[in-house]
Amino acid sequence: MMFAAQSIAEFFDWLGGWQYVAAALIHAVLLIQVFALSPFAFIWLERKVSGRIQDRLGPTRVGGLFGWLQSLADGIKLVQKEDLCPPAADSMLFRSAPYVVCVASFAAFMVLPFSNGWVAVAADCGLFIMLAILSLEVFGIIMAGYSSGSKWSLFGGMREAAQMVSYEIPLAICALVPVVAAGSLNLGEIGGMQRGWFGYWFLFHDPFTFIAFFCYFIVATASCKRAPFDLAEAESELVGGFHTEYSGMRWSFFFMGEYASMFAVCGIAAILFLGGWNTGIGPLDDALYAARNAGADGTGLAVVGYLANVIGAFVFASKASLGVFVQVWLRWTLPRLRIDQVMTTCLKYLVPISCFLFLGAIAWPLLMLTVLGQTTWTSSPLGKQVSAEVYESQVVQARSAERASLLDVENRTAELELATKALVAGKERLAAAKNASESEKNSSDSQLTSLQEEVAALEKAEQEARVSLESANETAQKAILKARLLIEGRASVNKNAAAAREQGVVR
Amino acid sequence: MSGENFLFSVFAILTCVSALAVVLSQTVVRMAFWLVISLGSTAALFFLANADFVGAAQLLIYVGGTLVLLVFGVMLTASGPYMKIGTSAGETVVAGLLGLLFLFVVFACIGGVEWRKPVTGSADNIATGAVGNTLRPLGLSFLGVRPDADLATGKPPEASGYLLPFEIVSVHLLVVLIGASYLARAKRRAAPVGQ
Repeated sequence: MMFAAQSIAEFFDWLGGWQYVAAALIHAVLLIQVFALSPFAFIWLERKVSGRIQDRLGPTRVGGLFGWLQSLADGIKLVQKEDLCPPAADSMLFRSAPYVVCVASFAAFMVLPFSNGWVAVAADCGLFIMLAILSLEVFGIIMAGYSSGSKWSLFGGMREAAQMVSYEIPLAICALVPVVAAGSLNLGEIGGMQRGWFGYWFLFHDPFTFIAFFCYFIVATASCKRAPFDLAEAESELVGGFHTEYSGMRWSFFFMGEYASMFAVCGIAAILFLGGWNTGIGPLDDALYAARNAGADGTGLAVVGYLANVIGAFVFASKASLGVFVQVWLRWTLPRLRIDQVMTTCLKYLVPISCFLFLGAIAWPLLMLTVLGQTTWTSSPLGKQVSAEVYESQVVQARSAERASLLDVENRTAELELATKALVAGKERLAAAKNASESEKNSSDSQLTSLQEEVAALEKAEQEARVSLESANETAQKAILKARLLIEGRASVNKNAAAAREQGVVR
Repeated sequence: MSGENFLFSVFAILTCVSALAVVLSQTVVRMAFWLVISLGSTAALFFLANADFVGAAQLLIYVGGTLVLLVFGVMLTASGPYMKIGTSAGETVVAGLLGLLFLFVVFACIGGVEWRKPVTGSADNIATGAVGNTLRPLGLSFLGVRPDADLATGKPPEASGYLLPFEIVSVHLLVVLIGASYLARAKRRAAPVGQ
């Protein structure tokens, strides 16, 4: 029954007012595990992959098979090292810089969903928050470079600043391309929308998202200052760049931050483009989703729902780790760019390309909507959901047109009434004048003629008012008919939309 | 004291103390560091007030953008290792007086506002969800739809929204930036004619 809890806060219901504190602690501790263990695994991976690429074995001894405990041995070694602060350094900034890097990349995990609903903070603008927090990491690097009091570090810091300030632009624009397709910044919702066969992944949503994925991956590699963009720590020119003067744990904090943010950006890529925690096999995804929902509702076994989420988290972690693996592979394959080449790549190629992709991603759903009647080329429920939204706006327009035409009819009716009244009054006056002229015989004919003309004009006006009322009535009837048809049609579209929404909803 | 109030006081104190540190420290980069803490705590205050979007924008624009540029500028232009800004006694006095005057204005403004409890109703739930889902209402109001106001009045939206002017202004800004970087770059001398 405790597995059926919708959130950790609910799980700790019995703690009373302290449940939120307990929930916050548990979230933070779990995320620290991710933050600490992913570098642990990836540093080992880096050593192993680099060894294989250079025709070596890599670590083989520590921990037995494949040397999997090598990272732990590294960590123990680093803890024992002396914590140095060079005399030329600004010690306060020098000591705090590694923490800024660490905190920034740790806090980014706060809004990253690991499975359907497994997220510490399910924020509506999760992607935006995540990019904002990841952009803080560069400040720690610059601080480290500046406060070390060393020229190598200063050069590293400057390169890093120049690189990051430029690469953040295409990073954000490339991340926006699938957001345009999804219509949401909520990472949980974006992941949920891609349930089903892999055609539903945003990677295959349209040609623009397909290119955007590769663009994003290049930019993300650069934003983690990984080779071939690792100018800030280029060891052949700058000794160690911004971390030249660091030693021991402070030095390792930079690397924990780096590997954790590699995982974070690859996690974003997995959710935005690669279907997040969805396996990409339609029936399996549906079954996992159903199991999870049944577990949460209490209609099914809670443990099964929990296991479904564990599978989801495993799939997500595999996708993100695959991204990290490719980054490692690139590092040991490609030579380092020069700083001017790095800037040219970004400003002359990646920024225009990403802007073009962004425009294309906006135009694509409109094109599909005109050609196919839905916004996706696959039968993804997402396409129908957006067309339902369009439909809804059509209904709103039809209703307002209906209202306007009814108002028009009212106005015209009032005008007609006035015209009729004026006509009746004019006729009465004419009749009175005729009587008067007959009785007196001396009144001028001109007066009579002018009155007759007036009455004729009034008759004409009345006729016009009648005609315009008729046309207004016709328009109103058309508007009412259109609105009614749309509203009737809405029921069937709504059914599709409800299905789509159910797919997108994250509990 | 509820958890929210406790966190509020922590971040408010952090904001104020680091703002003071910005004023009192002499090295430019240390000032920038304290400013990061001050602006970051302000962002945290926004997050506490369920204004996710504003908080993230604060982090992205001020901390991730402006301050990085500031430090970058210092690194590019400083002649010595740690650039310092010394203030003379006169400047301190004038600045202190101005600061106190500004503080007075701020307090007068706060005192002048008639603080009321926010109206709660069905419209309120849509406008500011309890979980900080302010993004959709923000986007809608850019398009001229104000779910909070429209539901209260029961009238359909009339305004066309400020999305287009906003986009035009931002594209304009981009054009200006590109133009500025074009004008500022070092020009190559043209090859002499007739050789």
